Amino acid sequence: MASIVTLNTVGVADRASEDLVGPRGARPARAFSRRNIFLYGTLFVVALYYLLPLYVMVVTSLKGMPEIRVGNIFSPPLEITFEPWVKAWATACTGLNCDGLSRGFWNSVRITIPSVVLSIAIASVNGYALANWRFKGANVFFTILIIGAFIPYQVMLYPIVIILREIGLYGSLTGLVLVHSVFGMPILTLLFRNYFSSVPEELFKAARVDGAGFWGIYFKIMLPMSLPIFVVALILQVTGIWNDFLFGVVYTRPETYPMTVQLNNIVNSVQGVKEYNVNMAATLLTGLVPLIVYFASGKLFVRGIAAGAVKG
Amino acid sequence: MTSVSIKKLYLSFGEVEVLKDLELEIEKGEFLVLLGSSGCGKSTLLNCIAGLLDITDGQILINGRNVTWEQPKDRGIGMVFQSYALYPQMTVEGNLAFGLKNARVPKDEIDRRIARAAAILHIEPLLKRKPAQLSGGQRQRVAIGRALVRDVDVFLFDEPLSNLDAKLRAELRVEIKRLHQQLANTTMIYVTHDQIEAMTLADRIAIMRSGAIQQLADPHTIYNKPVNKYVAGFIGSPGINFMDGELKLNGSPAFRAGETRIGLERYAFSGNGPRQGPVTFGIRPEHVFMDRAAAEQPFRAEVGVEVVEPMGADTLVWSRLDGHELRFRVDGQVPVRKGERVQIGFDPARASIFDAETEMRL
Repeated sequence: MASIVTLNTVGVADRASEDLVGPRGARPARAFSRRNIFLYGTLFVVALYYLLPLYVMVVTSLKGMPEIRVGNIFSPPLEITFEPWVKAWATACTGLNCDGLSRGFWNSVRITIPSVVLSIAIASVNGYALANWRFKGANVFFTILIIGAFIPYQVMLYPIVIILREIGLYGSLTGLVLVHSVFGMPILTLLFRNYFSSVPEELFKAARVDGAGFWGIYFKIMLPMSLPIFVVALILQVTGIWNDFLFGVVYTRPETYPMTVQLNNIVNSVQGVKEYNVNMAATLLTGLVPLIVYFASGKLFVRGIAAGAVKG
Repeated sequence: MTSVSIKKLYLSFGEVEVLKDLELEIEKGEFLVLLGSSGCGKSTLLNCIAGLLDITDGQILINGRNVTWEQPKDRGIGMVFQSYALYPQMTVEGNLAFGLKNARVPKDEIDRRIARAAAILHIEPLLKRKPAQLSGGQRQRVAIGRALVRDVDVFLFDEPLSNLDAKLRAELRVEIKRLHQQLANTTMIYVTHDQIEAMTLADRIAIMRSGAIQQLADPHTIYNKPVNKYVAGFIGSPGINFMDGELKLNGSPAFRAGETRIGLERYAFSGNGPRQGPVTFGIRPEHVFMDRAAAEQPFRAEVGVEVVEPMGADTLVWSRLDGHELRFRVDGQVPVRKGERVQIGFDPARASIFDAETEMRL
């Protein structure tokens, strides 16, 4: 090792001792070039544009109503109060009951977790079968599934109401979980199929020679090497289902409303004064879950998006 | 005893016939190489033998047992792939054990077999590593080990060295040959497009083209007595020289192309010939001699040197004989310059003559 270091230094010294005229080595980079100013300026403005509403929401949710009535929406709170947050969570009135967003939160949790687990479990097996076990009619099946993604939800709303009523699940959380799982199927299956297609076919062949069957290959070979794509699917589904409003309002009853529907009921209530601080706090509370999911899995999400580059 | 036998094998993907009426008998302990350019069906044939592709018609027998409908794991084969196909999330040990665990082999037996395979392939220090931490050569060794632990009679290699650099390829090639010598009674079927690998490894070579076997013979025969023009052109680097002309049979047989007359008294005609008419005459560059060595050859001519390609050990000279391109190889130490006129000569007994129409050897 030592000799290499000496060699290198000697090399550098040699090069320095030669007199070269004109530009040499790497081109110097200027910190304040026009390009940099333009680039960072644009990024700053765009960031500001997106962050400003969030700032207003946070600031407003920490103010009391008298301070809000003064009207300076950009000024920071003179007196920080967490009362709006407590009220939004525990005592705000939606329709008949006055127990705040907490009820909706737990409903949403009970909707999201089973829907996400169920849809990802089924879609990943679908995608695996479509990518690796070329059965007869696989392409037809796949095409039908993809067409499903292009049919507007509005068209299917009422037929699904009837279906759920007939099987006795209308208005229940189970019914909504079922609807979410079905509607997640086309895009998730596409996602998994494309991911599993990028896994080298020889790996699959080797596993077959080694005597692994359909489930053996899925659980022991495919699953352990597909963490990134599962994270992508997880984020897609958690945010999608958590933020859903349409299915929530159509397929549930007031006592099983998800958080988004309750939020709407709080914010849009027509009686009494508009409590902006409570509304802002309620909105922030509702958006907290997707936000946490993004922060917790951001790195994996990017890896999953670039999953085509993952090699065995 | 026959190890693998393929009878009347047909395979089509929809309208496309990939393999047609293929017959192949492979002896126990034989090293058979399937050689051909890409798209000739050689890998497809291997996949059929492995059971990874369902065949359209015909039978496949391994050790006398009809395995046509059996799963890959039940056929008594081990397979090595071009891209290694190691399970990335398992250690080397896990990779080797995977097939045995699936077959519910007892734990101590698994350990025993892994230890034996690791010793044969010199991968003992790597057992705890993941495939990502291995070099290309080490990965392919592990892939061979995965076939080895299965304790099978038939090894299938699907271009196993194509992803390696030239030096490693040569090293591993010898190792595969050693492995074959070490494992008596193990049949190896090896797919490649590299003729050097085919010539060095094979007991017999099957040259394939568009789903059919062109010639199945030992490397010596394939090289010296190619059965048709395609095989002659495919084997050998630099490629064989072809000259179009006439075969004359009045008096002693001779090949004529323009002014050139090559006497064929010493040429051993195959069952197809001799037949008067248009033919293609082929002579390998390494069988053409120059200067003093040329003087002893039955056929001699004077040619002009057009291009010289020195390759170190020998030099490839491009010239022209009666309008036909003629390449020949001379010792690397002999000085040859462009524009010189040199004496060349060869023995027509070493040539190959093909019918111009059927392209079969005469």
